[in-house]
Amino acid sequence: MENKTSRRSFLKVSSISGGGMLLGFSWLASLKPSEVMGAAGAAPEWIELNGFIKIMADNQIKILSPNPEFGQNVMTSLPMLIAEELEVDWKKIQVEMGDYDTPTFKSQFTGGSNSIRSAWMPLRKAGATAKLMLLQAAAIQWNIPVGELTAVNGTVVHKASNKTITYGQLAEAAAKLPVPTNPVMKKPSELNLVGKSQKNVEGPKVVSGKPLFTMDYQVPGMLIAMAIHPPAFGMQLKSYDASEAKKMPGIKDVFDIEVYKKSYERAGFDTRTFNHLIVVVGNSTWEVINARKKVVAQWEPIVETKEMVNNFGRKREETIPAGLESSDKHMQEMLDLQGKKARVLRKDGDPEAAFAAAKKIVEKTYSAPFLPHNTMEPISCFAHITDEKAFFVAPIQIPDMMKQNIVANLDVPADKIEMKLARMGGGFGRRAYGHYIIEAGLISKKMKAPIKLIYTREDDMTNGVYRPAYIVTYKAALDANNNITAIHVKGGGIPEHAVHENRFPAGAFENYLAEGWELPSNITIGAFRAPRSNFIASAEQSFLDELAQTIGKDPIDFRIELLKKAKTNPVGKNNEYNADRYIGVLEMVKEKSKWAATPKGTNRGVAAYFCHNSYAAHVVDVTMKNGLPQIDNVVSVLDCGIVVNPDAAKNMVEGAVVDGIGNCLFGGLKFDKGVVTQQNLNQYRMIRMREAPKKIDVHFVQNNIDPTGLGEPPFPPIFAALANAMYKATGKRFYHQPFFNDLTKKA
Amino acid sequence: MAKMNLKVNHKNYTVDVDPATPLLWVLRDHLHLVGTKFGCAVGACGACTIHLNGNAMKSCQLPVSAAATQEITTIEGLSEHGDHPVQKAWLDIDVAQCGYCQTGQIMAAAALIKQKPNPTDADIDNYMSGNICRCGTYIRIREAIKTAAKNSKK
Repeated sequence: MENKTSRRSFLKVSSISGGGMLLGFSWLASLKPSEVMGAAGAAPEWIELNGFIKIMADNQIKILSPNPEFGQNVMTSLPMLIAEELEVDWKKIQVEMGDYDTPTFKSQFTGGSNSIRSAWMPLRKAGATAKLMLLQAAAIQWNIPVGELTAVNGTVVHKASNKTITYGQLAEAAAKLPVPTNPVMKKPSELNLVGKSQKNVEGPKVVSGKPLFTMDYQVPGMLIAMAIHPPAFGMQLKSYDASEAKKMPGIKDVFDIEVYKKSYERAGFDTRTFNHLIVVVGNSTWEVINARKKVVAQWEPIVETKEMVNNFGRKREETIPAGLESSDKHMQEMLDLQGKKARVLRKDGDPEAAFAAAKKIVEKTYSAPFLPHNTMEPISCFAHITDEKAFFVAPIQIPDMMKQNIVANLDVPADKIEMKLARMGGGFGRRAYGHYIIEAGLISKKMKAPIKLIYTREDDMTNGVYRPAYIVTYKAALDANNNITAIHVKGGGIPEHAVHENRFPAGAFENYLAEGWELPSNITIGAFRAPRSNFIASAEQSFLDELAQTIGKDPIDFRIELLKKAKTNPVGKNNEYNADRYIGVLEMVKEKSKWAATPKGTNRGVAAYFCHNSYAAHVVDVTMKNGLPQIDNVVSVLDCGIVVNPDAAKNMVEGAVVDGIGNCLFGGLKFDKGVVTQQNLNQYRMIRMREAPKKIDVHFVQNNIDPTGLGEPPFPPIFAALANAMYKATGKRFYHQPFFNDLTKKA
Repeated sequence: MAKMNLKVNHKNYTVDVDPATPLLWVLRDHLHLVGTKFGCAVGACGACTIHLNGNAMKSCQLPVSAAATQEITTIEGLSEHGDHPVQKAWLDIDVAQCGYCQTGQIMAAAALIKQKPNPTDADIDNYMSGNICRCGTYIRIREAIKTAAKNSKK
């Protein structure tokens, strides 16, 4: 039946902090009534109330989770939002991962700490709308005003007459009703599922080793494919001889592919490292691994190229320079550029005059290397391209961003794309860049067979989209009374800087200057758990600690004092942060860590940061053991608004703490003449159990603010909290990541 | 290629593969037991941990020929219904984030508890440091192992 309700959907694109994109949607358009599936009298069928909710006549209820899952537990917390308003017993709900169907779901975006934040209203509305349709169906059936009915645990109840009917019995009639546009949503005080910890719905499958990941996907007749890419950034394929490889057992074919067509205009998440690959396809992984070694390839240097990139509607030319880059040279170049003129990003007051008049200047330079994501599941993708459809099983954070890429580079009409969104074995930003979907598609097309493309760990680490390398210098001008009269922050990076000119401490100083520069590179970079924030937080929060020490102030009180100044008398207009919430996490971490009563001999560091709409603070206690910090305790405080699934949120914060400690202590990918020098996990140190904190104590600020981000926010401030604690333990400040290098350096 | 008999999770299989094939790929590609994960293939991450005659072993480092005729247990065979005390503790503590490494972690933890029914923190840290979790769930893994050890004695 035709729905009379006017349904409008709109796509709102606006930029969010951190350089990412926020896609805001009206999800109402997905709430269309649908026909009862299957003929009457046939086996029981799911009745679809809207794109998210399916109900069977026997009152089984299924909720589809729209956003790809990579460990942030949205497959549990997003359906919780629907169940909250639908009024169903969570224990009886089946949850299923939705396939790629963004027209129905409207948003299937995992990234930018945005899943819960952007789903908070639309998914609850999806639940509330369905509930209202069920109530209306009962009202019609019983001829009772809808206002006299209540929804309780998957049933509709009329208290006055003691009548009850299940959702299952109502679903068929409800599905035919027009979609109400303005269902009443619960007030924060009425929430009874949100805020109560629920276990990961896929936990039982995870612990019993059920196939969940792309790497696990298999169908009869499936072939295994692996690619060979240039051995160095700045190189490309010249020629190859596959005659020996083709003779190897189990090998079906060896050929080369151009991933993106020459004419293809890349969009924001179309980053790919090497465009021309040799591909080896065979029956089994081991056979392909062996045959791959027999391919003899010649490589040649690339020449500088310029490519137009459509960055969410803003077209810009990207230069990919020629040359074989090395980490040592990178550092020298970055230091040189720090001494040259840079772009002014923000200027308040007269910083030059303040520095000229300063009695003392504190100036410190911080740096960090490229970081590989090293998701535990290496990159993989299943593709089966036939005349009927292009079918993928893909680990992809933003599937809809791949649509125009698939259409253009695989010559597949958009309506023939089918994609299962496999659980991802980690993402951290890496799986926003789905070039591997195109690679797998091209291979399947050529082979006319289902194929699974597998990157080995070496492929994954050397064909990456890394966290950029950064440098920043913070400078403070002090007068004779140790008042800070100006702040100067100047940063650059390869190929982008990390300066967030409108974040704290901007707004707290009359005289403030922020500058940035970029150094182009042919090393590919991208998202990495707030790439710019995680570096700049590590530098800024270390600098503030050193500054507090210089002027003899307690590091927490010092930050709160600056924030109070920024709150009552803010300098500049574009300050991004909310000083109250910032102060809130600092005060709470002070209280929860018993900061004022820090026992003598405890080496304790603090740091706080704001990004992705949330506020985080950590206090870290360390003891030095055999030259490494033993992390005795971490107290973490987050203000991310309403917490949907508290234990899962705690897990996410604990993970961010461990991840951050690991990356700042050990992380760093090095290049030597374009070659990645650490190519597997036996050459690249990642944090392990014995280096993990003994204890992490997580607290959330309790408020009724709509949920803000959580995946990223606890990550950036942990780096500096650790550096500041290690300063207490060693008397040494840590300016250059990975800190392990300075810990092991002979004095 | 060579025919080999394998005993995996108390079942007998015959595979016809290159004897040098790491057990990992035989389990995944030929026996379709994909709970044993590929992470690095150099024995550095532990995602592929299985039990060989009851001892934890990285299956990427074990040629299938060396595993023939021995008792191989994978995550699929650790318990019939996914209810080994370690698996139950993992669910109680809700350890997993992405979950990719967790089957390897569970196999390592089950072997540890068998060896040391009362593992100390230091035992856990040492034994489990062969398994990487990129999501950083180590705190929960430690807690789950203690829970599992306690419940194993009941």
